[in-house]
Amino acid sequence: MAIEATNGKKGWGDQDQVPGIKSELLELNMGPQHPATHGVLRLLLHTDGEIVYKVTPVLGYLHRCAEKIAEGVDYKQWVVYTDRFDYLAPMTCNHTYVTAVEKLGGIEVPARAEHLRIATAELSRVASHLIALATFGLDMGAWTPLLYCFREREEILNLLERISGGRMLYNYMVPGGVRYDLPRDNWVADVLEFVTMMEKKKLPDYNTLLTYNKIFIERTSDVGIITREDAFAYGCTGPVLRGSGVKWDCRRDDPYSLYHKFDFEIPVGMGEMGTVGDCWDRYIVRVREIEQSCRLIRQALEQLPEGPYQSIELKKPVRVPAGAAFTRTETAKGELGHYIVADGGQKPFRNKVRSCSMCNLQVLEKIGVGLMVSDLVATVGSLDIVLGEIDR
Amino acid sequence: MSRDSTTPPEGYDVSRETMLDFKVDQQLLEVVETDARNFILTTVDEVFNWARLSSIWPVTFGLACCAIEMMATSATRYDIDRFGAGAFRATPRQADLMIVSGTVTAKMAKRLKLIYDQMPEPKWVIAMGSCAIGGGPYFKYGYHVVKGVDFMVPVDVYVPGCPPRPEVLLEGLMRLQDKIRGRKGRFVAPKWVQDYAKKIPYRK
Repeated sequence: MAIEATNGKKGWGDQDQVPGIKSELLELNMGPQHPATHGVLRLLLHTDGEIVYKVTPVLGYLHRCAEKIAEGVDYKQWVVYTDRFDYLAPMTCNHTYVTAVEKLGGIEVPARAEHLRIATAELSRVASHLIALATFGLDMGAWTPLLYCFREREEILNLLERISGGRMLYNYMVPGGVRYDLPRDNWVADVLEFVTMMEKKKLPDYNTLLTYNKIFIERTSDVGIITREDAFAYGCTGPVLRGSGVKWDCRRDDPYSLYHKFDFEIPVGMGEMGTVGDCWDRYIVRVREIEQSCRLIRQALEQLPEGPYQSIELKKPVRVPAGAAFTRTETAKGELGHYIVADGGQKPFRNKVRSCSMCNLQVLEKIGVGLMVSDLVATVGSLDIVLGEIDR
Repeated sequence: MSRDSTTPPEGYDVSRETMLDFKVDQQLLEVVETDARNFILTTVDEVFNWARLSSIWPVTFGLACCAIEMMATSATRYDIDRFGAGAFRATPRQADLMIVSGTVTAKMAKRLKLIYDQMPEPKWVIAMGSCAIGGGPYFKYGYHVVKGVDFMVPVDVYVPGCPPRPEVLLEGLMRLQDKIRGRKGRFVAPKWVQDYAKKIPYRK
């Protein structure tokens, strides 16, 4: 149960938390080398005993200059760097960038390529949510779900390796289509078999192991509540926004690619185990999104049309006219946006990325106040940030 | 055009000292040679080294993409525990091995050195992935990326890849175990490569 914040009334270093015991304000560094901060995030905490009074995320430990690099490499080469934003779901990041280039250059994409893109992006989303489940359980002290989640993730990586050639970072989508067509073996059948297994057998396993585990519910319900207003004010997107009960998904509300053709639902947090917008709600949204992604994969592959998979030749550089374009797509973590300014040459003039994990993290400054330190770990885990995308 | 791998390539002069403007670490070579001659002490050392290589405890030090592959190596399918290196420690004070998995940035470099200094002797470092080896894809325009972790800490094994597959990390771990054991790996480099490698000093 969350403890009410008192710093607004009495100020820091409140001495009478426990009668008779004096406590002091402590400045505490959590990270950048810490097992529960999901990378190299550093949180500067002001604590009084176990209660956190102020959280300040300190960023920049993984700033890899991706936006500056974009000005030095041409349009196709930068797909490599979009892989390394959200390295848990690289296909979805590729998708954002190539849609931006296609919008700018007026490049048409064949229907077969769009279907392959949707199938691979949703497989990638499932892999990312599996990691989110695994590490969230790990933060709570549950080691076993990690082993189960990685088992399924390895199967997804195998499938994606067969179609793209890369195990973890793919560089699969290119402006105007995808890099490779289907492999000659029965890839589609294998994916459909995996999806069926995932829905029928694996997800109930996770639910038994973690979702409806009593200890897990005690740790996560009513902790780190993000209200609907806070989520809007801080620009939260993705499962964090949907966990607060807002039914917003880029794939449905601002459709790109061929998502408008497919039938899927948008799960939202309903406060089943506590209040709407707590850690458990954000967690269950991810579990239910895996189901919906499986539905999307099945539809995309069953309706896979014949035809070309590229509209422009791979060896030729992409040329786009001068102008600017912004696209946003729904990645596994939220809405990723790409804003490209082109000057008519082979390289973009400026490439700005709107990072979703960055906005999702900022809300911690508000909801982290008044939590216990262990609950703060749960809250950071439920936000499911990835540092490669925050610092870029 | 094929050529014997034991002979230098055309135009390459091994004896040309002017090409190398640094000195060989003679002191280090002497220590290695003295150890090889001392029989009793080396036998005791072998026992110690066997214990060390059988339970290498790595520090949990994930930096970027490669950290996910490091997690995958420790998880179900690859299971780094088979090699005795599965106990990931959250504190460097209990660890023997630092797997630098990912891009080292200028802001992180100081913290990385601090963590390395906190580790007790003997300690080893694996540079995992092309970013840790030499900047990787961020070499050319990455103004904030350190071009290789060996600028800060001495590296024992380099594991290439972007990111390396878990099998490659396991291979790197086995080569590190070979190194601790005091034996050379199965692969022996040609003599001209060895001669060249002896002249490369440890970058400080």
